[in-house]
Amino acid sequence: MTVILYLLIVSLIFGACGLGIFLWSLRSGQFDDMDGAANRILYDKD
Amino acid sequence: MAQSLTLEQSRAAARPVGRSVCAHCGQEAPPGRPFCCTGCAAAHDLIEGLGLGRYYEQRVLDARERAPRPEPVQSGPQGGGRRDLARHVVARPDGAYELTLAVDGLQCGACVWLIESVLAREPDVTIGRVNMTTRRLRLGWRGTIQDAGHLVGRIEALGYRLVPFDARALSAAQDRTGRALLRALAVAGFAAGNVMFISIGIWAGQINGADPIGAATLALLHWVSAAIAMPAIAYAGRPFFTSALAALRHGRTNMDVPISLGVLLVTGMSLVATIHHGEHTYFDSAVALLFFLLIGRYLDHIARGRARATAEQLLTLRGTDVAVLLDDGSVQRRGQEQVAEGDRILIATGERIGVDGVVERGESMLDTSLVTGESLPASISPGSKVFAGTLNLGAVLTVRAVATGETTLLAECVRLIEAAEARRSRFVVIADRVARRYAPAVHLCSLLTFLGWYAWLGAPVGQSLLVAASVLIVTCPCALALAVPAVQVIATGMLFRGGMLLKSPTALERLAQVDTVVFDKTGTLTDPLLALSEVEDDGALRLAAAMAATSRHPLSRSLAQAAGVVAPADGVIEHQGQGLALATPDGDIRLGSRSFCGMLPDPTPRPTSGPELWLTRPGMKPVRFTFEERLREDALNTVAALRDMGLRLRLISGDQPAQVASVAEALGLQDWRAACSPVEKVALIEAGAKAGEKVLMVGDGLNDSPALAAALVSASPASAADVSQTVADLVFQGAKLAPVVIALRTARRARRAMVQNLALSIGYNAVMVPLAVAGLVTPWLAAAAMSSSSLLVMGNSLRLRRGGRIEKNTTWESKP
Repeated sequence: MTVILYLLIVSLIFGACGLGIFLWSLRSGQFDDMDGAANRILYDKD
Repeated sequence: MAQSLTLEQSRAAARPVGRSVCAHCGQEAPPGRPFCCTGCAAAHDLIEGLGLGRYYEQRVLDARERAPRPEPVQSGPQGGGRRDLARHVVARPDGAYELTLAVDGLQCGACVWLIESVLAREPDVTIGRVNMTTRRLRLGWRGTIQDAGHLVGRIEALGYRLVPFDARALSAAQDRTGRALLRALAVAGFAAGNVMFISIGIWAGQINGADPIGAATLALLHWVSAAIAMPAIAYAGRPFFTSALAALRHGRTNMDVPISLGVLLVTGMSLVATIHHGEHTYFDSAVALLFFLLIGRYLDHIARGRARATAEQLLTLRGTDVAVLLDDGSVQRRGQEQVAEGDRILIATGERIGVDGVVERGESMLDTSLVTGESLPASISPGSKVFAGTLNLGAVLTVRAVATGETTLLAECVRLIEAAEARRSRFVVIADRVARRYAPAVHLCSLLTFLGWYAWLGAPVGQSLLVAASVLIVTCPCALALAVPAVQVIATGMLFRGGMLLKSPTALERLAQVDTVVFDKTGTLTDPLLALSEVEDDGALRLAAAMAATSRHPLSRSLAQAAGVVAPADGVIEHQGQGLALATPDGDIRLGSRSFCGMLPDPTPRPTSGPELWLTRPGMKPVRFTFEERLREDALNTVAALRDMGLRLRLISGDQPAQVASVAEALGLQDWRAACSPVEKVALIEAGAKAGEKVLMVGDGLNDSPALAAALVSASPASAADVSQTVADLVFQGAKLAPVVIALRTARRARRAMVQNLALSIGYNAVMVPLAVAGLVTPWLAAAAMSSSSLLVMGNSLRLRRGGRIEKNTTWESKP
C-alpha cells in the first residue's frame, strides 16, 4: 500500500502548487480589476 | 454663429454621422449637426487628432452611465483658479507624483482604452491605469506637481469627470478585508478538496465489507487529513473566530459563535480520535463547512463593497477647497478646516460655499436647495447671510466667514443626523435573532447527548464525546448561515443592476417591515428641475433656448430642455446673476430678470407661483416665461402603487403650505404638513415611530437628512444632496420614483425567502438531530446532509431571480 503514500504526497504537492500560484496572483493584484481585465483583452496596447 | 456653422459643416462632410445623434457623446444633437455642443466637437477632434478614432468604432455606450459630454469650460476671473489638485497629490521618494481619481462616465472597455491611450501619449506620464471595477484612475508622472491640472484637464476634455479621491484609508481597509477573505477561501478550498478526497477513500474502505481498509492505512489517512485540515482551519477560520470572540466579549452571541465552537470542537474530537486510532474523524466536515461559509461571506463582501465604493465616490464629488482672500490681494486655496472666522472668502460661479458668512461684495443668486429645500434660487447682495452647502449660481462673491467647520449650519445638520441615528433603536437582524435562540439550544442538546451516552448508557468517554460532536456537526448552521446572506447577495445585486444602491446590509430587512412612507416634496415628489409652464411664442422660445443652452443656471437648463434640442447660440455673454445678452447688429437680445431686460418693475405684482424670465428683442414685444414645479412623471402611479400595497402615505415638507397643498391634492394625499424645519421633521418621524409606525422616509435635501436618519429606513434619489445620500439606506438613480416601489417589493420577497430558508434549515435539523443523538450519523452521512441542505438553501434563494431582472427605468406596472 506504499503507493498510496506516494500518490498522496504527489497530489498534495500539486494542490499546494495551485494554492501557491493563486495566492501569488492575488498578491500581485491580478484580482483587483476583474471587469477591466475582461475588457482589456479586446483592445490593442499601443 | 455663421463661422461656427461652416466649421461644423466641414466636420459633418468629413465624417458623415447618424441622423441627429452627437458623434461624440451619443446624446441627441440639433438636426443637421454632427455634435450636440462645442465641447463634444472639441473632444472628437482631439481623439481623431491623436489617431484614436477607433474608439468610436469599438465603444458601446451604456445608457445608464453619464454621457461623455465635456462640461462647458468655465471662463472669467475664476478660470485660472481651477480646483486645487495639489492637496491630493502624493509625492514619491523617487521624485515622481501620484494621484488617484474617481472617474465618472466610464461606459465600457473602450473608455478605459481611450483614457489610457491618451495618457500614454503624454511624455511625462509614468502610470496611467484605470481600474474598471472601482472606477478609479491611478495617475503617475514626472515633472512638477502642477502638471496634475494639465493631465486631468486632458481627460476631462474627453467628457469624463475626474474627482480626486481622498477616501484612502477607508478603501484600503475595505480592500484588506476582501483580500483576507479571498485568501482564507483559497486555503479552505484547497484543504476541503484534499481532505474530501482522502475521506472518500476511507468511506469506500469502510463500506467494502469483503476487503476492509487496514488499520495502519486508516491511521495514515487520518493523520494526513489532520495535517492538512488543522493548519487550514486555524488560518481560514479566523474571520469567524474573531467575530465570535468580539460578540462574546460584549456578552452577545451571533451566528459565528456556534460556527466557531462547532468547528473547533469537531476538529479537537477528530484529533483525539486519530491519536486513539478511532474509526471516525470529521476533518472533512469541518473544512467543508468553513469553505461553504467563506463563499457566502465573500459574496456578501463583494456586494456590499461595490455599494460602498459608489457611496464613497458620491462623497468625494463635493468640493472641499475654499479660496481665501489674503490681505495682500492674493488668493490661497485651503481646506475647509483651515479657514478661520473673519477670513474673507472668494466664491466663484458654480462653487459650493464652504462656510457660513456675510456677503461683503457682489450680487448673485444662490441655490439653497441643499439647506432649505427651496427649489428657487435666492438672490443675495452685500449684507446677506449665506450658508455652507449653498451653491453660487451667479457672479463671484466675497464673503466674510462667521462660522466655519464644525459651527456651520451644515455641520449642525450633520450633528442632528448623528443624534437621530444614535436614538434609532438598534435593529436586530433576523439571522442574529435566530442565532440567539439557536446557539444555546444546540449546545444544550450536544451536552445532554454527551451526558446521556456517558452517564445513562455507560458508554466510554471517547465515544460519548464523539457522538456529542456529531450532534454539533449536523447542527452546525451551514444552511442557517447561508440562509440570509444568500438572499441578501441576490436581492442587493438585483437592485444594484436596477440602479438602486442598498448601502446597509440590514436595509433589506428593514424595508420589508415598512408600513408608512413619508415623502419630502421638493426634489423628491417633484422634478429637481423646474419646468416651463407658459409659452406664448414658439419662435421666442427657440431663440431663448438657444441662448439658455450656453448657461448652467437652473432656469436656463429648464428652458433649453423645454425647447427640445437646440444648438447653442454663439456670442452669448452671461451677466452673472442677472441674465444673458446676445449682441446683434440691431441691438442687444436679452434674456433674464425683469430689471436686466430694461423693464420697469411690475406696478401690480401678480402672485405668481414660480420664477420668471423675460426675453427682449430690439423692436419686438417682450416675452415672459414662467416656471413651476412639476411632479415627477410617475409620482401619481407610484403613490397609487404604494397605497395598493397597504402603506400609509404622508407628505412632510419645508415648503410653503400653498405649494405643499397643491402637490398633496394632485396626488390624493390627505396627510400632509408644510413649513417644517429639520427638527420638526425629525420630531414628526419619531412621534410616528413611538406610535408603532415603521417609517420609510424618502427625501433629498440637506434639511431632510436628519429625518432620513431618524426613520426606520430611508431612501434618496441620486440627485439628492450629498449628505442625504450618505445618510440614506437606499439611493436610487433615474428620473422616476418607481424604484421606491420596486425596492419595497423586492425587500418583501427577499424577507419571505429568508424566512423560508431559515425554516428549511431548521427542518433539516429536526430530522438530523435525533439521528445524531442516537449515534447513527457517520462522517459520510454528515457530509452529504450538510452539502444537500446548503444546496437546497442556495436554490431557494435563487428563486428570487425568477421574479425577473430589474432594469433601470422600469416602471411599477411592468412588475406583477
